[in-house]
Amino acid sequence: MQFIPLLIILPLGAAFFISLAGKNKDTVCDIFSTVITFSLFALSLFFIFTAKTYPGTLVYKVGGGGLPGGIVLVLDGLSIFMLTIINFIAFIINIFSINYMNRFSAKYKFYTLFMLMVGGMNGVVITGDIFNLFVFYEVASIASYALVAFGTEKEELEASLKYTIIGVVGSLCILLAIAFLYAYTSSLNMADISLSLAQNNLNSVVIFISVLFIAGFGIKSAIVPFHAWLPDAHPAAPAPISAMLSGIFIKSLGIYTLCRIFYNVFGMSSGLSHLFMFLGALSIIAGGLLALGQSDIKRLLGYSSISQVGYIILGLGIGSPLAITGALFHLFNHSVFKSLLFLNAGAIEYATGTRNLEQLGGLRTKMPVTSASSLTAAMSISGIPPFAGFFSKLLIIAACIKSGYIGYGILAIIGAIFTISYLLKFQKYTFFGQLKEMNKNIREVPIFMKFSMVTLSLICIFGALAIMPKAAGYFLKPAQESLTRTIKYADLTTQVLYEK
Amino acid sequence: MNQNNGMSLIIKTITRLLIGFILLYGIYIVLHGHISPGGGFAGGFIIALSYILFMLAFGKEEILKRVPEGMISFLESLGALMFLAIAVLGFFGGYFFSNWLPKGIPFKLLSAGTIPVSNVALALLEVSLGLFGIFLVLVLLKFTPPKKEK
Amino acid sequence: MLTYFLCLILFCVGLYAVLRKRNIIKMIIGIVICEYAINLFLILFGYRMNGRSPLYSPNQEITSMVDPLPQALAMTAIVISLATTALLVGIALRIYEKYGTFDITKINKLKG
Repeated sequence: MQFIPLLIILPLGAAFFISLAGKNKDTVCDIFSTVITFSLFALSLFFIFTAKTYPGTLVYKVGGGGLPGGIVLVLDGLSIFMLTIINFIAFIINIFSINYMNRFSAKYKFYTLFMLMVGGMNGVVITGDIFNLFVFYEVASIASYALVAFGTEKEELEASLKYTIIGVVGSLCILLAIAFLYAYTSSLNMADISLSLAQNNLNSVVIFISVLFIAGFGIKSAIVPFHAWLPDAHPAAPAPISAMLSGIFIKSLGIYTLCRIFYNVFGMSSGLSHLFMFLGALSIIAGGLLALGQSDIKRLLGYSSISQVGYIILGLGIGSPLAITGALFHLFNHSVFKSLLFLNAGAIEYATGTRNLEQLGGLRTKMPVTSASSLTAAMSISGIPPFAGFFSKLLIIAACIKSGYIGYGILAIIGAIFTISYLLKFQKYTFFGQLKEMNKNIREVPIFMKFSMVTLSLICIFGALAIMPKAAGYFLKPAQESLTRTIKYADLTTQVLYEK
Repeated sequence: MNQNNGMSLIIKTITRLLIGFILLYGIYIVLHGHISPGGGFAGGFIIALSYILFMLAFGKEEILKRVPEGMISFLESLGALMFLAIAVLGFFGGYFFSNWLPKGIPFKLLSAGTIPVSNVALALLEVSLGLFGIFLVLVLLKFTPPKKEK
Repeated sequence: MLTYFLCLILFCVGLYAVLRKRNIIKMIIGIVICEYAINLFLILFGYRMNGRSPLYSPNQEITSMVDPLPQALAMTAIVISLATTALLVGIALRIYEKYGTFDITKINKLKG
């Protein structure tokens, strides 16, 4: 129980320590940050097994302060699920960036900002107090604004400016919503707010706060009316940061907070469900259509992220337990294979120096590991049977049709057709086909990058085992239960708080 | 003092008289953070303002002779680490971040547990040097004039 | 009642500056105005009737105080907005160094 704050202390302490002592020592920074991310991953695995023996929810009071006015850290099923994904992908990307970031000069600054981002994301997922969520949200966002502009070339600065201004407007909407929520319920603890909101009916103040929250968190999770920063930020960032942004950042800061606020604090009404389903279907179709015409690898993958996040929001909007399981499993799958695809794009750029689809071709003979893992990821994301992506898409579409929304099911299937077509385009133009003249002398990427890509592709292949009944009881079922018990989250937390 | 660096002689004389008072006022706000309004951030801002006033009046070479740039970044990270260490030491009191030093008589200067210590660590080392570091980096940007391309 | 409404009007003024102005520095000033409006709104909501400032004094009778929690929230929000403004100004300076202009209609190399 006493290990819960270590999830925040370790990354923040490592960030300050690396900025203190890491000025010219690159290998020491590499080893130190890899050790820290591995220990964070081991801690989150430890929490999966501990939370099964406890009543299912771990509550920790920071500073010993109780319910009115004190900050609590709450670890229920959804938090542990997100923690495992975040720390695992951060560990893999850390290994990848040992070799990739050698071309930038100030590697210790990269590791400082990376650790701050991981610490911020961990903090968002653990906390049970709404202003603490805002503080960690800002810590992670500011680290990511600085990381997107890391190379300080022309395009990177322009992309970072766009991303920063849109992101700051989103944060301001969230702060305004928190101010209104405090004024309405005079409490900042999420369990307490949900208890106060359950007694009053849905009046216009609560609708205004909901709209502000959807705008603010929707900007960070790249749902369609708010997606304008994503296709510019992804090509401009260095490859491990693009993988981090699209793999875990938009999910832990956007989708997790939407789930937590709208399922556990406000309670899901039918208007909100229909809004989520509509936004999800719009994202699927718009992301898929826009990805078909791109000729830059990372821009294509960025639009694909918008499309897959649409699937998750569609599943969350439907609301039945089957749909929520499908959406959460799709969240897990998408982190794994989208990170793998972005790491492949980074490896291609490291080897050949270009990202344009028209100048690449036939790389399969020269870079076998990259091409095999990329083919695995592409088959998984398109939904081909033994891979993990098939099961998650099947669950979402089956839940659509079972709940009676046939139109949304047909739109989801059309989205799957778009997914296969742009991934086929990506695979054909980079790996198959004729080898061009200027790419005759390229070599395979160094060992740490190979290790990360192989690990992620193994999880793509065997990830379907996570949905088997025995394994799902540890991993997916607690997460789904903590969402389907909607407002009773407050009862569980206050019971643990008042009995100690 | 070189007449060509920084601003005119009137400003330099007044700054020489005023910097001590501004620094003293900032330190007063930091140390009395648990008795009167203020605390770490507000006091840190004021201490940073005194450094910025020194730099504006006398030019950047003078302050870089006294405090080199590497030391500013080092001390700032050290301040952040000290704050985190004070929070981690709260594990002795049972919980992370708890207030574990003896709380004395109210309204005295040495009361209220760990709050004055964390105020000093934050303000003196982190906030003031952080703000001054931001200002220094924005000033020291090697500005190559942009080529007008059509 | 009117003061809360004026805070929201100030927020909309800042939002107008972010949306319609073409100079990066004016957009940054618009964001800063929005943040001032939200901090003001937070502190105004802590007011209680006939309350005094939330400080204990050694020899005085205290009947009611205003709410100190929004003041702590506003302090944290001010520090966060300081960090964001510093980052935005740094990015704007670097853009001027590379592009030669502050006009956002001329900074459009990324398309598609």
